[in-house]
Amino acid sequence: MFPIRLLLIGALICAALTGQVSAHHEDLQPKIQALAAGSLKDRARTVEALLKTGDSRIIPVLQHLAAGSLYVRKSDGLVVLTHKTGASYDATAPLTGEVTAGLAKRALKKIKANNSLRRRIKKGLSLFALSSPEEDERLAAAQTLLTSKDISILPLLETRLEAEQDEEIRTALLEAKAAMTLQSDASDAEKTAAISILEEMGGRQAMSLLSQVEPLLSKAVKEQVLAAKGRLESERQLWELLQNGWYGLSLGSVLLLASIGLAITFGVMGVINMAHGEMVMIGAYTTYTVQTVIQSVAPGLLEFSLLFALPLAFLAAGSVGFAMERGVIRFLYGRPLETLLATWGISLFLQQAVRTIFGPTNQEVINPSWMSGAIELGGLSLTLNRIWILLFAIAVFAALFLLIKRSHMGLQMRAVTQNRQMASSMGIRTPWVDAFTFALGSGIAGIAGVALSQIGNVSPNLGQTYIIDSFMVVVFGGVGNLWGTLIGALSLGIANKFMEPLAGAVLAKILVLAFIILFIQKRPSGLFALKGRAAQS
Amino acid sequence: MSNKLSRLASVLTLGAGLLTASVSMAADNTIKVGILHSLSGTMAISETTLKDAMLMLIEEQNKKGGLLGKKLEPVVVDPASNWPLFAEKARELIEIEKVSAVFGAWTSVSRKSVLPVFEELNSLLFYPVQYEGEESQRNVFYTGAAPNQQAIPAVEYLMAEEGVERWVLAGTDYVYPRTTNKILEAFLKAKGVAPEDIMVNYTPFGHSDWQTIVSDIKAFGSAGKKTAVVSTINGDANVPFYKELANQGIKAEDIPVVAFSVGEEELAGLDTAPLVGHLAAWNYFQSVDSAANEAFVEAWKAYTGNPNRVSNDPMEAHYIGFNMWVKAVEKAGTTNADAVIDSLVGISVPNLSGGYSSMMPNHHITKPVLIGEIQEDGQFDVVHETAGLVPGDAWSDYLVDSAKLISDWRAPLSCGNFNTATNKCGGKGTE
Repeated sequence: MFPIRLLLIGALICAALTGQVSAHHEDLQPKIQALAAGSLKDRARTVEALLKTGDSRIIPVLQHLAAGSLYVRKSDGLVVLTHKTGASYDATAPLTGEVTAGLAKRALKKIKANNSLRRRIKKGLSLFALSSPEEDERLAAAQTLLTSKDISILPLLETRLEAEQDEEIRTALLEAKAAMTLQSDASDAEKTAAISILEEMGGRQAMSLLSQVEPLLSKAVKEQVLAAKGRLESERQLWELLQNGWYGLSLGSVLLLASIGLAITFGVMGVINMAHGEMVMIGAYTTYTVQTVIQSVAPGLLEFSLLFALPLAFLAAGSVGFAMERGVIRFLYGRPLETLLATWGISLFLQQAVRTIFGPTNQEVINPSWMSGAIELGGLSLTLNRIWILLFAIAVFAALFLLIKRSHMGLQMRAVTQNRQMASSMGIRTPWVDAFTFALGSGIAGIAGVALSQIGNVSPNLGQTYIIDSFMVVVFGGVGNLWGTLIGALSLGIANKFMEPLAGAVLAKILVLAFIILFIQKRPSGLFALKGRAAQS
Repeated sequence: MSNKLSRLASVLTLGAGLLTASVSMAADNTIKVGILHSLSGTMAISETTLKDAMLMLIEEQNKKGGLLGKKLEPVVVDPASNWPLFAEKARELIEIEKVSAVFGAWTSVSRKSVLPVFEELNSLLFYPVQYEGEESQRNVFYTGAAPNQQAIPAVEYLMAEEGVERWVLAGTDYVYPRTTNKILEAFLKAKGVAPEDIMVNYTPFGHSDWQTIVSDIKAFGSAGKKTAVVSTINGDANVPFYKELANQGIKAEDIPVVAFSVGEEELAGLDTAPLVGHLAAWNYFQSVDSAANEAFVEAWKAYTGNPNRVSNDPMEAHYIGFNMWVKAVEKAGTTNADAVIDSLVGISVPNLSGGYSSMMPNHHITKPVLIGEIQEDGQFDVVHETAGLVPGDAWSDYLVDSAKLISDWRAPLSCGNFNTATNKCGGKGTE
């Protein structure tokens, strides 16, 4: 939670002050010991008293408390900082630095913290961090102080402003100072300046700060606040529109990934494949298995586990698809009702198989760090996992498109779809083309599963969540046309996301479904109609 | 191995009609206990664990010498997350298998679906899951929490400790969240929260794209007042919800989320490091520090053969319910439904948090309410515990048409919805 570096600095300062340590030892030790006793309310008071000492030796203690690694050693009741190594704990005495290694969990009792305590510690420690030699720590500290309501630290902020060289940190400090000035009894002129600094900062936080101080201000300043809020609000609405567009694209990319395999098995081949969702599920479980293996064999590679999972998921889902086609579906071509029932049966079978092997509960799939968090672009917040999924969906689409249009296998696939007898008489082994096409569609669904495991559950029911949406996209886009699937997925995603803030998630879904039903009445073959086996039958 | 065999045996007894003769012979020496939990379909994720917990409890009771000198025999059926099938399977358990009591159901729909069956055939159902209240039936014993044993204390905690003034009530669109949120809305308004400081949001089952809603919550939380989310989001939708919260950078220190349907089991599928500090309100946590709990968790891990297996609140509810039933049968000296129903009221057994829970006349139980914060290891740290036990209230005091109703199944009242204003039995909830 708190950077280790800060902790080290704390430790260094401790070491440097060793001379003094023995002198003040007596004052600080009982205060630290007091953390172990009493309720959370008592602990809050102790933390307050510790922060008041201004002694930098409390930094590691409070950091461990906030991170949940401050314990009491049961043998002598000493409060210790712990570090977990494997199954045992290394305990460090806070002032003397004396280390006891290899303590069992039973020998320790955790000192609990709650949200308000963690918040208080974070704010309190940021005062120390303001003078840290590390820039990012100073920046984080200044940003934390923005929401502090303690105006007694204003003088400290001013001294720091004078010393600070870095432009970004100076801005953050100025903003924190502005927020505090508005709460203090400064003159109206100073407050007006503060308002424009906050307006300059923009975003939701500025809005929130201005609303908070609004009732405290004199009439003249209040009007300025209202004007500033009005300008911020119209800016926000513009950003919100863009943000909605992004959400729509991102939902569209998820729909595209989920349905692109179906665009092959249902779209190109005309098989009503109810087990499509389970292919996605197999891909997700392959990811889980790969991660489990990597974790035990080579934990260092965990960050790249998805790269290993991709080809394996393709193979796993592809071979299940191949077996399905050879074993069941090839006997049912031209009998859509039987195909529907048979593939539905297979989907139940696969679900229960996964449930038996992996258990009914969700499995934890780890998000690599390059897929966690968000980047801020002005008023937009783009989460990294969604960006990657969008890029990935486009890449899969492009690869599949090239495969069908440019490769030998793609040519055969198209030939069989357009005219089976003719293709057969030209020497194409149509049954094998069918099998490989089905395996390809299933494999692509498996690859989608790897990506979708990053944003949702990995459970035996995973497939069911995507199957209806997938069919919706393929039918809407036009059976048998990859472009249709792309356009269909993106437009459904965007329509859904623009409707959601107005109508709510439940109604938005219903409206989209109703729209598709009406649309199909008008254009039974979807957005892009294509001639093929599906169209003939 | 032996429990595997017994499980296999119980499945066999179900399917094989040929065995009927031997079963009816065995019936004289055994007392049958029905387990009605979905082992396949969407609810299997939660309910399979409860089936295992029941099998463990029955096995332990048999080791102690059974009940009334007879062995207990579990009868497991699979209603497959299919609500009408719950009713059929319940009928099968009572009519064909002649079980003495049934432990089961999870969702409110499944409970509502089996209610008429238990009433008609006069048998007992122990229902172990927290629910929306507004019900009290003679044949049902509610060992999970009523809203006043979970939702209201959690909201009170956030008000007092975190100073929350603005509330997002987010839930899945079905009966439990809708009723709970209705009660919470009335409660918040009674506490002086302005309507514009309450945002209610419903999502479909299994909702997976939380971008818009999480960003709405962020916007709602930036009005300058401390904001919290009260989540009645159910089942599978939770994982993507929490992932989105973490990715959009909503920290528990800024906007805490308190959940009523997220326990140790649900967190097992999540990386909890970014979620530290978000809350859950239950009547039991695996981390509860008591001798009874330590023994239970150890036995559970040994029984399942998995040292990482977690325990959760509905399991404790079954633990309490099963022990209450055992004690009531011993007190009545028979498994006859009417006798056991009468002797259950007033029975008191140890719960796992170190105290005692007792069955009240309204067929709900007394429980402590615990508020826990999520930790990095997927467990909860208890940060607040109600002083004393909270008795479950079948009819909420915060809903206009329920406030007047009381439930008391003892003679001479014997009524689940007695209207204290008109002095008549049969208010809301009478079909």
